[in-house]
Amino acid sequence: MFDFAPLTKWIDTVLHNAMSPFWAVVVEMLIVGVLILLFYALIGLFLVYAERKVCAFMQNRLGPNRVGPFGLFQTIADLVKLLLVELVPIRNADKFLFNLAPFIVITASFMAIAAIPFAKGLHAIDLNIGIFYVIAVSAMGVIGILLAGWASNNKYSLIGAMRSGAQIVSYELSVGLSLITMVILAGSMQLSVIVEGQATGWFIFKGHIPAFIAFIVFLVASTAETNRGPFDLAEAESELTAGYHTEYSGIKFAFFFLAEYMNMFIVASIAATVFLGGWMPFHVGNWDGFNAVMDFIPPFVWYIVKTFFVVFLMMWFKWTFPRLRIDQLLTLEWKYLLPINLVNVLIMAFIVLMGWHF
Amino acid sequence: MSNEWLVLFFLVGAVFVGLVIILSGIIAPKSINPQKFEPYECGIPTTGVTWLQFNVGYYLFAILFLVFDVETVLVFPWAVVMKEVGLIAFVEIVIFFFILGLGLLYAWKKHALVWE
Repeated sequence: MFDFAPLTKWIDTVLHNAMSPFWAVVVEMLIVGVLILLFYALIGLFLVYAERKVCAFMQNRLGPNRVGPFGLFQTIADLVKLLLVELVPIRNADKFLFNLAPFIVITASFMAIAAIPFAKGLHAIDLNIGIFYVIAVSAMGVIGILLAGWASNNKYSLIGAMRSGAQIVSYELSVGLSLITMVILAGSMQLSVIVEGQATGWFIFKGHIPAFIAFIVFLVASTAETNRGPFDLAEAESELTAGYHTEYSGIKFAFFFLAEYMNMFIVASIAATVFLGGWMPFHVGNWDGFNAVMDFIPPFVWYIVKTFFVVFLMMWFKWTFPRLRIDQLLTLEWKYLLPINLVNVLIMAFIVLMGWHF
Repeated sequence: MSNEWLVLFFLVGAVFVGLVIILSGIIAPKSINPQKFEPYECGIPTTGVTWLQFNVGYYLFAILFLVFDVETVLVFPWAVVMKEVGLIAFVEIVIFFFILGLGLLYAWKKHALVWE
């Protein structure tokens, strides 16, 4: 399996030999920052395109197909158009908070993406509390959303932001508890250790039924946490215009849009990392030939394929289910998912205690 | 890479947003029209204040969330050492979840989980 650690080590030593330690660190920071930023922007652009294509596929349409081959450059054209739209300052808005909100939503998702392991040895920061960090940082986005809704001085925005706040904090619990279920099995919160632990089998197979239940709960809860349909009542177009970002124009609106898609990508990455083995290839028992073929596929490709599989599932939800009402939404979380999760954690703890997991 | 690198990602995110907004401010056209700066609410002029006291239901759920989120934070370290500590950890978490479940049942009985 290809390991990126020697490569990064080599770059590190070359830089340290070429210049003083201070400048070496500065150059490294620049490289890492620019790479992650490029990755972030590319994934964001591609996800918007993918969403439109998947939507078109579900509704038996063609989707974007004019700009570039298969409409691939459509989102770039949209981005240029959004850059050229005037940033309208709303008269009675709270100017400072209004301008602060896009910064918060973007930095929250940007900091979360830094901790995700893309391949062996290829992660920006390998924290020993990886999962915990990602949950904590990505949940900070809700502050940006609440600020955006509050500062806009618009009733639709305020209602959208309040709904979004109630929804995100509620479903945060289920996301946390379903990940706790897997942390019990893995015995660590460090994402790279969790991935290494799945070398002999993905956790969704290793953990029997509790792991599967946790996966389902995580999918539902993270779909709700990222404000995506069928839980998109924070920006229900038919009743609230656009929810909390009604008053944002041009590139500021684009930031909220981008953050929403990147949050989807982050939760899909976490699902792929914790449940589906991250960059680990798919192995079946003692089928040595099959396993060798699977090992031949590079780990980064495995990671991307699994992540986009989960992203596709979430897009499928959006175009399949009708939108929930706020009372149904809160009932689903507090009366179904939360009790299920609490029991599920206990069952998983019992299985680990008895050593029944594989 | 050490944990101080977190600051880098915070800075890159903030600088990225700031630069793009400045760029957009430079290249985007501008026009003055008094109606443009009104908040958009279906096209008619808005009435009343927006910054008022809001539906209390949202705050009730926020309080409930606080209780259960602190619980989640407490359980994370337990989950890490569960395998090593074994039976004692399991018994403790059963007691802990029993008390927590009583709290959830209380909220349920008090109709705190019903949206009004």
